[in-house]
Amino acid sequence: MSRVAAIAVHAFKESVREKVLYNLVFFALLMIGAGILVSSVSIGINQILLVNLGLSAISVFGLLIAVFIGISLVWKEIERRTIYNVLSKPVARFEFILGKYLGLVLTLTVNTAIMTVGFYLALYYEKGRLGFEDLAPLEAIYFILLQLALVVGVALLLSTISTPVLSAVFTLSLYLIGNLLEDLRGFGEQSANAMLRNLLRGLSYVLPNFGTFSVISQAAHGQLIPGYRLWSNSLYALLYLTVLVSGAVLIFEEREFR
Amino acid sequence: MWAVETIELTKEYPVGFWRRRSKLALDRLSFTVDGREIFGLLGPNGAGKTTTLKLLLRLVFPTSGSGRILGRPLSDVRVHARIGYLPENPSFYDHLTAEELVNYAGWLFGLPGAECRRRSRRLLEQVGLAESAGVAVRKFSKGMTQRLGIAQALVNDPDVIFLDEPMSGLDPLGRRQVRDLILSLRQEGKTVFFSTHILSDAEMLCDRVAILDRGRLQGLGSLREILSLSVSSTELVLEEPDGDVLDALAPFTAATVRTGDRVRLELVSDADVNAVLEAALAAGARIVSLNPVKTSLEDFFLARVAGSTGRERGASTPAADLERIPEARSKRP
Repeated sequence: MSRVAAIAVHAFKESVREKVLYNLVFFALLMIGAGILVSSVSIGINQILLVNLGLSAISVFGLLIAVFIGISLVWKEIERRTIYNVLSKPVARFEFILGKYLGLVLTLTVNTAIMTVGFYLALYYEKGRLGFEDLAPLEAIYFILLQLALVVGVALLLSTISTPVLSAVFTLSLYLIGNLLEDLRGFGEQSANAMLRNLLRGLSYVLPNFGTFSVISQAAHGQLIPGYRLWSNSLYALLYLTVLVSGAVLIFEEREFR
Repeated sequence: MWAVETIELTKEYPVGFWRRRSKLALDRLSFTVDGREIFGLLGPNGAGKTTTLKLLLRLVFPTSGSGRILGRPLSDVRVHARIGYLPENPSFYDHLTAEELVNYAGWLFGLPGAECRRRSRRLLEQVGLAESAGVAVRKFSKGMTQRLGIAQALVNDPDVIFLDEPMSGLDPLGRRQVRDLILSLRQEGKTVFFSTHILSDAEMLCDRVAILDRGRLQGLGSLREILSLSVSSTELVLEEPDGDVLDALAPFTAATVRTGDRVRLELVSDADVNAVLEAALAAGARIVSLNPVKTSLEDFFLARVAGSTGRERGASTPAADLERIPEARSKRP
């Protein structure tokens, strides 16, 4: 575990020293700040607007950060041949991938935590106080974090077999499709073509269901998420990212570094 | 138990768009390296030296054959705890300082934090980077990066050290430092396995060498054996010889080289040395020296490499890529 921890901490350090990340977090905070302005000119729905804008900013900028670090960290190790120095040590390949993944999740968690603090400061400024009902956005942020952990898993898996640009395109495409899985399944059910119906149904089960983590509008209306959904989504994310990281490990085990 | 052992180690790389063709990078390589020796893997560019090291370090996988390090199979990653590795043209993380990098290497070996820091300070001092310990690696010159690579390869106090072209990019002082370091590692009882295409380095350091060309082993043996293999010719040096002297010695002479007042005659291989001396003295020659010229490592190398490809010495061969060090041309007793 010491080696996994070493690689995770190193991946975290490497990420936080990327200037692009600071810019993304800064823009996210700027967006949240802008939410105060926008909500102040609306009547009656100012808090709903602020929560919607704030959580959307955390989600979108979190996604950009997840894709950016997910596609680049392993690829950079291979491209710059720094991987030679790691794998020549008593580091198993699965430890390398696991360490990288945990480092990426740690980076996302810290970034999301910073954006969350910014969001709650904005909310406090708007409301003048924070109450129990304001936990709803926190639940939504937890789901966003689960979503980002999946995104970074997809990006990591793709980066072991592809270039950063292709990995980014595929990851973002999967993210978009994963948010529309319910629609995809509904479309399939209405189709007269049995093959298309089965194909779309199969895809809706296999592809990551990012849509299940989208609870921003409920949070904006102060609706808390039922406990079972918290558990089921957590379990779903854990199982899915186990598959993703295992896939990355299997590919990486066979990979040669010429 | 051998420190390093390869048995019929073969590597083919797939090439082409569909990766259906393959290129043979290493062909049934078998050799053993004893503990406490400096072993050199020599060969021109593209000979298979780096492939051999990558196979040993499990960065690539053999197509067939096997190998062992310290008695353990190459697939056993635990043996890496006892080895150190410097890749060719090493590259490190730009965002780390030299000390952070060596600490990170130590952490990967499972060393406690305080021990990592103690060792990294000592090693950076040993490779002459103590004053640059806090400098970001991206600001390092090629030579500094090379020395940093050696420091991180030694952080676990390894039993076997693999160095891929360790002198590459170093200035004369840096080369000297690395040579001294390699010799001190052997004195500490470690096995050093290094690849190089600089023959003078191998000649100065190695106990034994293996010569590779186009993936095939062309020669293997102790340097002592190689360098005392045979007297390839005899050399007679005369001071200010006149035409009569040279005419008298012409039947025995294969080549003549004039340097200032002196003339160096390379005698024909079957020349009777006594007869040559008698003829020279009779003609009134002033003899400076008479030396047997032994095979140098470069001669041996060129003979093997040229021989393996059917090319003539001195022609445009892969060996022409080698860095030629004049002193290494011939080895006199």
